[in-house]
Amino acid sequence: MNAITAEGLVKTFGSGEKAVKAVGGVDLVVPEGTVVGLLGPNGAGKTTTVRMLTTLLAPDAGRAVVAGHDVVREPQAVRSKIGLSGQYAAVDENLTGRENLWLFGRLYQLSSKEASKRAAELLEQFNLTDAADRTLKTYSGGMRRRLDLAGSLIVRPQVLFLDEPTTGLDPSSRLDLWDVIRERVAEGSTILLTTQYLEEADALADDIVVIDHGVIIAQGTADQLKAQIGGERIEVIVHDPEALGKAEQVLNLGSGGQCLRDDHTRKLTVPTHTGSKGLIQVIRDLDEAGVGIDDIALRRPTLDDVFVKLTGRHAEDETQAETAQGRAS
Amino acid sequence: MTTDVAPTAAAPSRVGLNQAFADAMTITWRNIRAGWRVPDNQIYMFIQPIMFVLLFAYVFGGAINVPGVDYVDFLMAGIFVQTMAFACAPASVGLADDMQKGLIDRFRSLPMARSAVIAGRVIADLVNQLIVLVIMIVCGFIVGWTFHNGFGQFLAAVGLLMLFAFAMLWVGALIGLSVGSPQVAASAGLIWLFPVVFMSNVFVDPSSMPSVVQAIAEWNPVSAIASGARELFGNQSLVQSEAWPMQHPVAAALLWCLLIIAVFAPLAVRKYKKASSK
Ligand SMILES: Nc1ncnc2c1ncn2[C@@H]1O[C@H](COP(=O)(O)OP(=O)(O)OP(=O)(O)O)[C@@H](O)[C@H]1O
Ligand SMILES: [Mg+2]
Repeated sequence: MNAITAEGLVKTFGSGEKAVKAVGGVDLVVPEGTVVGLLGPNGAGKTTTVRMLTTLLAPDAGRAVVAGHDVVREPQAVRSKIGLSGQYAAVDENLTGRENLWLFGRLYQLSSKEASKRAAELLEQFNLTDAADRTLKTYSGGMRRRLDLAGSLIVRPQVLFLDEPTTGLDPSSRLDLWDVIRERVAEGSTILLTTQYLEEADALADDIVVIDHGVIIAQGTADQLKAQIGGERIEVIVHDPEALGKAEQVLNLGSGGQCLRDDHTRKLTVPTHTGSKGLIQVIRDLDEAGVGIDDIALRRPTLDDVFVKLTGRHAEDETQAETAQGRAS
Repeated sequence: MTTDVAPTAAAPSRVGLNQAFADAMTITWRNIRAGWRVPDNQIYMFIQPIMFVLLFAYVFGGAINVPGVDYVDFLMAGIFVQTMAFACAPASVGLADDMQKGLIDRFRSLPMARSAVIAGRVIADLVNQLIVLVIMIVCGFIVGWTFHNGFGQFLAAVGLLMLFAFAMLWVGALIGLSVGSPQVAASAGLIWLFPVVFMSNVFVDPSSMPSVVQAIAEWNPVSAIASGARELFGNQSLVQSEAWPMQHPVAAALLWCLLIIAVFAPLAVRKYKKASSK
């Protein structure tokens, strides 16, 4: 059984000259009990896709079935089976943490007593018990984010949608949240999460869908995606710029002429198939040739490499640039 | 980490009337509870009504000295009406705020009755508005105002004022859902109310106004509500006019309220459906 099936989802905002095709024909299949990471830079269409799958936005074309129900024809049935934590914390500033969760619990049709009990459990689980009876005005951004997430876990959702759940969390809260997500999966929930953190998709998702400009540009497990750009590499930073040429010769000899050279950073890169053995070999060769090195590392391809390969851009660079811009304006 | 025993939600495929009511009450609770914590609202609800009654009674009340006319007796219903007209403020600011903060989206992703967001807003504001009205009436008694037609008609007047507040709430809801930010709702969304309230018989007899303004004042719904309330309270009306609404103020007031509701409630509901599905 698939928890989410989407076929040809399209959403265009505006019309005429100013029309923006936010999502241009997205197909998704998420088997029950798995985690799918929707990965893409700003404006890729992640939030728009999530909003269509969670009944908040009617698609212009295509259809989607979530937890066995069509999102357009049976939205209410879908809503009772999903949890959503949107990109921006949607909580009531003037209620306390406990009151917010009680409110959401009631609206999930729990009795008042059940809702109170559930609120207390979630506050504890998200380390918010101390702040439980303060209004959200006094919460930090990360606390608010955690409360928002707690709100999406009131009932045990069959399908959980998390739109950039860890943006704005400190490293330890982030790891805690990863645990919560894994716990949910162990209980049988299906999760669709969007993220701009490549390592997050790598750590959590069974399957990764890379989306850019509203279309899927790659799909597969982290390993499959990494395989697309080849295996491991060894990176060497040579101490003396003068020795760069000599070092390059040595590495070319060992790798059959595949060494890449970057004069500016004094960096040489060679592919390797033998992992740490290859690393040791390179260190020996360079030592014998008398080349001093500042740094050497065995580098596994990251999803960022995949991203650059597929889009020609760095996912995180762009994100940071746009975030900085957003703040400045 | 604690072991997790999340309950599974009931899975309603269709929202029944009971649930719609329960959800509306939940949202009402939220709006009242959260609203009362906002200093602006506390001032609006508790300080402003008292201040208005005292200011108008002691500043204007003494200034206008017509023999045989008790200005406070005339004025008080006008102040009540003015305050009820501004009932659209909390509704519009509240809804605009919920839209902007993404709460409306969150509510829409929950298995709750969709009507509850607006219903809960309207009910909460009606409760708040009733409290404001009671405070003003008590203050009115303190400064020497009273009603003269018996308790039944007094209650009818209160009912009329609340009906007017209810009508204005829908106007506010439409504005709040249209403007996109609570700041705009609180400024541009309200500014038009001042001419509407002042070009009426709320504070003075319109016969002193230029003839065009006078005609507007005679047909202004606010004038009809004020005259209607004065008639029911048995207060002096001061107003001399041949215009139909001024001759039949209670009927005119009721008609105006129903008309406003008939126009603005469906518009607001439509706007809510549209705004929340874009
Ligand atoms: N309500 C809207 N009206 C007009 N354009 C919109 C609207 N919502 C999204 N867009 C546009 O659709 C595109 C996709 O937006 P979306 O929010 O889905 O991106 P995203 O992948 O979630 O980005 P981010 O990482 O910044 O959250 C963007 O170009 C955006 O400007
Ligand atoms: Mg987004």
